[in-house]
Amino acid sequence: MNHPKTLFDKVWESHVVDEIPSGPSILYVDKHLIHEVTSPQAFLGLRKRGLKVLRPEKTIATADHNVPTLNQHLPIKEELSRNQLNQLTKNCKDFGIELYGLGHKYQGIVHVIGPELGITQPGMTIVCGDSHTSTHGAFGSIAFGIGTSEVEMVLATQCLLQKKPKTMLIEINGELQNGVFSKDIILYIISKISSSGGTGYFVEYSGSTISSLSMEARMTICNMSIEMGARGGMIAPDQKTFEYVENKKFSPDGIDFDNKVKYWKTLVSDSNAKYDKVLKFDAKDIEPMITYGTNPGMGMKIRDKIPELPLEGSKDSFDKSLNYMGLKSGTHILNKKIDYVFIGSCTNSRMEDLRIAAKFIDGKQKASGVSAWVIPGSKQVEKMAIEEGIDKIFKNAGFEFRQPGCSACLAMNEDKIPKSKFCVSTSNRNFEGRQGPGSRTMLASPLTAAATAVNGYVTDVRDYI
Amino acid sequence: MEKFKNILSKATPISIENIDTDQIIPARFLKAISRDGFGDNLFRDWRYDNMNKPITDFILNRSDKQNKILIAGRNFGCGSSREHAAWAIYDFGFRVVVSSFFADIFNNNALNNGLLTIKLNEKSLSKVFELIRENEKIEFNVDLENQVFFTNNGSFNESFSINSFNKTCLINGYDSIDYLNSKKDSILEFEKLNKV
Repeated sequence: MNHPKTLFDKVWESHVVDEIPSGPSILYVDKHLIHEVTSPQAFLGLRKRGLKVLRPEKTIATADHNVPTLNQHLPIKEELSRNQLNQLTKNCKDFGIELYGLGHKYQGIVHVIGPELGITQPGMTIVCGDSHTSTHGAFGSIAFGIGTSEVEMVLATQCLLQKKPKTMLIEINGELQNGVFSKDIILYIISKISSSGGTGYFVEYSGSTISSLSMEARMTICNMSIEMGARGGMIAPDQKTFEYVENKKFSPDGIDFDNKVKYWKTLVSDSNAKYDKVLKFDAKDIEPMITYGTNPGMGMKIRDKIPELPLEGSKDSFDKSLNYMGLKSGTHILNKKIDYVFIGSCTNSRMEDLRIAAKFIDGKQKASGVSAWVIPGSKQVEKMAIEEGIDKIFKNAGFEFRQPGCSACLAMNEDKIPKSKFCVSTSNRNFEGRQGPGSRTMLASPLTAAATAVNGYVTDVRDYI
Repeated sequence: MEKFKNILSKATPISIENIDTDQIIPARFLKAISRDGFGDNLFRDWRYDNMNKPITDFILNRSDKQNKILIAGRNFGCGSSREHAAWAIYDFGFRVVVSSFFADIFNNNALNNGLLTIKLNEKSLSKVFELIRENEKIEFNVDLENQVFFTNNGSFNESFSINSFNKTCLINGYDSIDYLNSKKDSILEFEKLNKV
């Protein structure tokens, strides 16, 4: 009998071209996504070496990190940003790569457009010069972020040198409480194992709670795998996955699709497959979550008090974080007044996220003194939101409904949270200065963000259910 | 990539833990299209205040600019995959980063750019910080061939691990892209066999 294999092993082994003794493996890459910020130096490298892109049809480009979210039809004001986007256009043209640039109907955040266009499929290896590439693991693919030298490797050879990571199983069973979403699940897990608890591992999520989630909710969980340090996260594909992938632009169709599904159904971990680490959680222990510090591991249940001591590491670093945030151990965040709400990013900017927030906001008004931004993840999400009238719900409530991009998740464009201001954000990182120099970020689910915008203070959504 | 040569240098200590790549190089400085000049903005928001004046008590504004070794608290380089973080550290003049724990993507990026990462256990890392606290002029040797990190007077001596592929690349200045290119036949063969 064959050795029982994990889902990760199955996908990994089918992509190993060669192994270097006591070194990394040469791993074949099925799909490569690129954007304007981490690709220019890779193309520069190709030009210096006189190399071509080996398989241009396997790379797809979009503009997301650096784009404005207002007046995208106008020339970009800021020179460096404009230059970087122009460079992406030139590179894609010179090397024969498909680009969904500003104004294109498929433009959007790279991890939103991959799945919605059917570029992302089960069993694939997918890489991108962005750590949140782990998102695509929700489809049972091995997907992870890479650096620019590695982008150059993939462009030149369609391969990467990678050391095989260890495997971790995170199993979550049971029914979620009302008002608890996949964002809360992942913030809860990271708060339990810390922002480095997954380093060196590739995570598989399983259990009845995970199976019950929609594809979009699964993407949120896999997206934030990197925030526990994991190389990536993946979920075995099931009927929901196949239905999501079917009839997308790049999905196989007809008999090809049926044949693919037959293969995809084999992409589950064998019973008795061995993991290097196994963690189990109970869904009933999970409540709406919020972060209080400057890394995603510094999260807590929304009604809890800020702890006195860190989960691990030094008290000095912990105190430095709280000092930056202007918060104190032993105090509540619940009911704390906030200044900004950001609903967007590759973590939570898909239709389901916008629908959840809009349903709560419908007929209400944002609190005065709060700036609330909604940034749809892609042109397709934006279009759907407009067709459903969701944009109007946000606008009528005093929210700004803007155009697609990464926006205030990393504040590379003009969307910045000012110094010392508090922002409840559906994004993925609460690092110092992440949303603008001196900004103070609290990560939460789209519903928590929506309710907080309406009240003007950190709100437990269960009070309204 | 430049060849990695053995180092004897003073070290710059930043004992803060979980230093993410947004701290190493904030996103607003990622708009360049070449690899040069990122050192100017290394730890930008810890080095300069919002009026762009140097924050004098931050170590990078006080330490010798010739230092080749950066010592940092655990979980260094977490967060974003931006290779600009490794470029900024290298461009500033560092050739080695020592910590008790590195984030995976940063570690790959560093090694791909000739920046050696040395992982010590927590106790040894504390000892290094302590030695620098006692004498900020203390010098450390990095001997990559023999995989040891030590002081001349014997107050510190620890071996470190690195896989032989990365070690060979660093010592000889080999580049992973050249290596992969030399494997083109196997890659094309793989494509044919797997109909990809």
